[in-house]
Amino acid sequence: MPNDVAIIGVGQSSFVRNYEGSIRELSFEAYKEAMLDAGLSNEDIGASIICSAPEYDKQRSPAALVAEYLGLIPQPTFYVETVCSSSTTGIRVGYSLIKSGLHDLVVVLGFQKMSEISSADSQERMGRGADIMWESPFGTMMPAYYALHARAHFDRYGSTEKDLALIRLKAAKYGKLNEKAVFRKDLELDQVLNADPIATPLKRFDCCANADGSSCLILASAEKAKELSKKPVWIKGLGSAIASQTMTGRETLDGLSCAREAAKEAYNMAGMTPQDIDVAEVHDCFTIAEMMAYENLGFAEPGKGPELIKEGETYIGGKIPVNVDGGLLSKGHPIGATGGSQVRTIVLQLRDEAGDIQVPGAETGLVHNIGGVGIYGNVIIMGR
Amino acid sequence: MGFEKFGHISFTSQTKVADFVDYLEKGEVRGTQCVSCKRTFFPPRADCAWCLASEVEWVAVEGEGKLVSFTKANYAPTGFEADAPYILALADFNGVRVFGRLSNDVPEKDTKVGMPVKIKPISLPGGQLSYEFRTT
Ligand SMILES: [Zn+2]
Repeated sequence: MPNDVAIIGVGQSSFVRNYEGSIRELSFEAYKEAMLDAGLSNEDIGASIICSAPEYDKQRSPAALVAEYLGLIPQPTFYVETVCSSSTTGIRVGYSLIKSGLHDLVVVLGFQKMSEISSADSQERMGRGADIMWESPFGTMMPAYYALHARAHFDRYGSTEKDLALIRLKAAKYGKLNEKAVFRKDLELDQVLNADPIATPLKRFDCCANADGSSCLILASAEKAKELSKKPVWIKGLGSAIASQTMTGRETLDGLSCAREAAKEAYNMAGMTPQDIDVAEVHDCFTIAEMMAYENLGFAEPGKGPELIKEGETYIGGKIPVNVDGGLLSKGHPIGATGGSQVRTIVLQLRDEAGDIQVPGAETGLVHNIGGVGIYGNVIIMGR
Repeated sequence: MGFEKFGHISFTSQTKVADFVDYLEKGEVRGTQCVSCKRTFFPPRADCAWCLASEVEWVAVEGEGKLVSFTKANYAPTGFEADAPYILALADFNGVRVFGRLSNDVPEKDTKVGMPVKIKPISLPGGQLSYEFRTT
């Protein structure tokens, strides 16, 4: 169980429909919060890693521009992209920079201003994240890809639209408590089940809300963490894997192999099993994605995910509370900022500073962050 | 050149497997097969990453396939609005998997995972070429 790299500062902007400011100002909101949290000033930072999905950015090569606005000159900066998992990939890069000894304090900043382009355009560009030669010509979008996975899960395991709706109700309950969430309303089962079908069997509320937002994490070497932080949260395990971008290359559609592989690596590195996890943040860009995450992370046997949600085991007080900050479904999903926001939630949980959504006594937490439709998988295990 | 006939919106027209379109024009859907290890590729590839070889042959995707999964997309991305709704599907032809659309003739209520499908090249308005899955 390595204690080499810690997270000593976390920050997040509010996730909103239309942020009335530029990407540099949006980024600054999370940065300011994280730096104040860590008690650092600009000159302490050795390097920055800037994470976003470039298809939404009008600005090309935004890393230096954002770093400049944060006051991080002349420290080196790097742009990291794996679509929706960009900022947890940023953590993997930051971890390496510290473990290698090159730097001892690294900023990982994720941002996305999805409102820079129209919703139809954003869906079209997300479609470009699929194989543009062999799949995009059929008119593909993110919901359709996850819908193919949902149908396969239903067919193989007998899961239902109602099981997925229960995941949405949980997200709504906790999103309402999160003042930084974009969607803060309760939902009723009938409302979710009778909503407009987007790509069957997924309906409107099975899909997360696009949002503008930023997240920021300060990573520190063991020495710096002990010197600077009263409550460092240690990175215990890191796992990353990919799967075939084209659906034709996937053995099954009822789970995400990149998540299974990444989880295996993270559990191995941490010397832990799924039973050791007290609280988790999983990538619920669609309700089916959370259902598959239960199984791919080992919280449930394959096909038994529906039982977890039906029995309330992923609520606070259950066996493994999942997405108690509202998840992507209610908190919102500003692509490049999402992974960092998930990590922030876990860090606050492990510091016992999560307020209304605190899981009592949480000592070990896990983040599962997926880029594209199961293309990039990152799993991070953290502990006190 | 030629591959742009299979494309739609911000698309790549240059590939070493552009012959795919010529086969579509002749009424056939083909993938490629590595000459040395015999792996079959769909979508077709010009190179075998396992043998680090670039000698491939064209082989037909044909016969009866099985529907692996499907979804009825009620909303379409920019440029495809006029097509919606349509059913996107993944089908398996004896181990070779193909992604595409199901023919509009097949209503969603009659569509089931595991049902038999055939693959057919089609012509689209504007001279574009594609293929679709059919039940008959
Ligand atoms: Zn070969």
